[in-house]
Amino acid sequence: MQQLEKFREETRAWLEQNCPASMRTPMVDDEVVWGGRNATYKNPDGKLWLDRMAARGWTTPTWPKIYGGGGLTKEEDRILAEELRRLRARPPLSSFGIWMLGPVLLEYGSEEQRREYLPKIVRGEIRWCQGYSEPGAGSDLASLQTKAVDMGDHYLVNGQKVWTSYANYADWIFCLVRTDPQAKKHEGISFLLIDMTTKGVRTAPIRLISGSSPFCETFFEDVRVPKQNLVGKLNQGWTIAKRLLEHERSMISGIGNRQGGQDRSLEALAKHYAGERDGRIADAALRERIVRHKMDGRAFALTMRRAAEEAKSGAGPGAASAMFKYYGTEQNKRKFEILVASLGSQALGWEGDGFAADELAVTREWLRSKANSIEGGTSEVQLNVIAKRVLGLPD
Amino acid sequence: MALALTDEQRLLKQTAEDFFSSKAPVKQLRMLRDKRDPDGFSRAMWQEMAALGWTGIAIPEEYGGSDFGFFGLGLILEAAGRTLAATPLLSTVVLGASAVQLAGTAGQRQSILPAIAGGKLIMALALEERPHHAPLQIATKAARTAAGYRIDGSKTFVLDGHVADRLIVVARTAGQPGDRDGITLFLVDGTATGVARSRTVMVDSRNAARIELNGVAVGNDAVLGEVGRGAEILEQVLDLGRIGLAAEMLGSVSEVFERTVKYLKERKQFGVPIGSFQALKHRAAEMFCEIELAKSAVLESLTAIDEKRNDLPQLASLVKARLGDTFFLVSNEGIQMHGGIGMTDEAEVGFFLKRARVAQQTFGDAAFHRDRYATLEGF
Repeated sequence: MQQLEKFREETRAWLEQNCPASMRTPMVDDEVVWGGRNATYKNPDGKLWLDRMAARGWTTPTWPKIYGGGGLTKEEDRILAEELRRLRARPPLSSFGIWMLGPVLLEYGSEEQRREYLPKIVRGEIRWCQGYSEPGAGSDLASLQTKAVDMGDHYLVNGQKVWTSYANYADWIFCLVRTDPQAKKHEGISFLLIDMTTKGVRTAPIRLISGSSPFCETFFEDVRVPKQNLVGKLNQGWTIAKRLLEHERSMISGIGNRQGGQDRSLEALAKHYAGERDGRIADAALRERIVRHKMDGRAFALTMRRAAEEAKSGAGPGAASAMFKYYGTEQNKRKFEILVASLGSQALGWEGDGFAADELAVTREWLRSKANSIEGGTSEVQLNVIAKRVLGLPD
Repeated sequence: MALALTDEQRLLKQTAEDFFSSKAPVKQLRMLRDKRDPDGFSRAMWQEMAALGWTGIAIPEEYGGSDFGFFGLGLILEAAGRTLAATPLLSTVVLGASAVQLAGTAGQRQSILPAIAGGKLIMALALEERPHHAPLQIATKAARTAAGYRIDGSKTFVLDGHVADRLIVVARTAGQPGDRDGITLFLVDGTATGVARSRTVMVDSRNAARIELNGVAVGNDAVLGEVGRGAEILEQVLDLGRIGLAAEMLGSVSEVFERTVKYLKERKQFGVPIGSFQALKHRAAEMFCEIELAKSAVLESLTAIDEKRNDLPQLASLVKARLGDTFFLVSNEGIQMHGGIGMTDEAEVGFFLKRARVAQQTFGDAAFHRDRYATLEGF
């Protein structure tokens, strides 16, 4: 107990010293630090904050020290998170390497692969993207067709991936490929790491209903991939794929409780735009929607906390991650529908002078939120996972 | 702070579940109903619960309790909810004992708390006067007399009212129905002159009563807490009742859900288990999520009682609203997913549906508590 208190004191002092002032202000979209070979820093403090945190391994607090991580225990990690929250510090690094690839390399990667890739993830030197979905393989992911043929000293990859987030900025891609076309669909898949600068890799952004293009199509044409880039065993990539999906779900599920962009609470916005009477939101139906949303959000946050407390340390997120992904994303969609309803026509502008910047942001984020219950496995797929793996209902 | 159970708490939960499933399975409630048992609960079982220390679990040691805290009491209530066990836990241990601990004089505590802990005294809160929960809408009058007060009024939906040895009567010593000021709590003997009690047979086969108070004379020593300031104590006691009831509801919800999922795996139509149909799978998975959230809310609110947190009113409304909604959903789906079998009296799922509605109406339904939560949060 005393040791933990000492850790808290030291952590607090170090953060006070080392977290730049501008990193204690609410995050703005174009200052999110993703790292990578071609990273640009609109705010130079972003780079400073990343380097300082990475030097201590605190971009990945619980990863082992030998791979560059912080080597913290679960309790220390919780204290660090609390102290970061206390300062309202921005995350030093946003990274699919941290959230998705790293945990499966720790579990399934070879020692060489861990030593090669993990420290670079910790320091934000390599930006990763995810090569999972294909035009013909969405919810039925295991029917993917991108081929990797064994050419003796390398694999030759041909095919197309879609919804590869930020592929146009990424340095490397972790990719599901078919290595045995004869086997049953779950048994002929392998997990490959591919350098995006390899000859034959091409990306094209996809324009979405929100007007932005966070996703790409990624094409592979006779791409030569060294054999040591195979993670786990040949044709056993589906196990790794599923585990990575659990990590992805956990990453996405936190979304419902984030204060996405708005400084003001839902109820304050509703009072401002829709009117107030005797201290209450004047529109009784809107008030009911907001209170329901807030109460659900609180019970959901408690459930995330309970799951963290109940989890044995070191165990993966498991099937329960499907619940968090399902509920968290549906909750986030409801939040944006409430915001749009609260702001009225001021939430329906596309561009120009008639609307404040934060009003336009609500419009775009509302549209973006529709993808939450599709990406990383649709809500319907999550319900299938719960029914099968938690409740044991038959196929 | 912790939401995960300790070993000691896990053991208590297991002991309580074993106790109720062997001593008070749903068929015991059916038997009490079918033979029109005048008490509506088993006094012998109540004595066994007292012997286990459960009636005194939240009572301080100096008054014969074990002071194990509300968290432990919540685990017992949850276990009782699994089998729909009819006991005076809520009326006596949660409401009665808490009110006396919060507001009682030394003498009142001494005469009541050890008796509750020993299983010798049943209490009831005579509050409601309307078909909907409205704790400030009190018309029952307590008029000053030379020797104390004279109480006149009528009460409804008094849980365990007809078997209670002692009533806590919520009456008005000043003001109008709806006013917060002027409410006073009185300890009234269940058999006092002028008290007319009649059991109301409820759909859930549990105990409730109508109570007429006609010129009931009580002394000054019957006042519980401050004259005219009873609303404050009442609100605190009701919040404990809401959380305790939510814990019981969680047990019922978990039970009816597990039974329903089991049935989905067993029942075959079109040559396959009906649980293989996606239309039912998705609804079952959605219920699972709602129940997980309900569980977290119950554990948090029980913890908050023991930690004396000041957001207890919010948590009480959060948990009562959530369990009201969740029990409503799961009991309805339980019937639907059991199909025709679920409509029969023989299948026990109907008992859970009936209990869900009574529990929903007790101490405020989900709409009441959402409104209260929003008000407490300032919007």
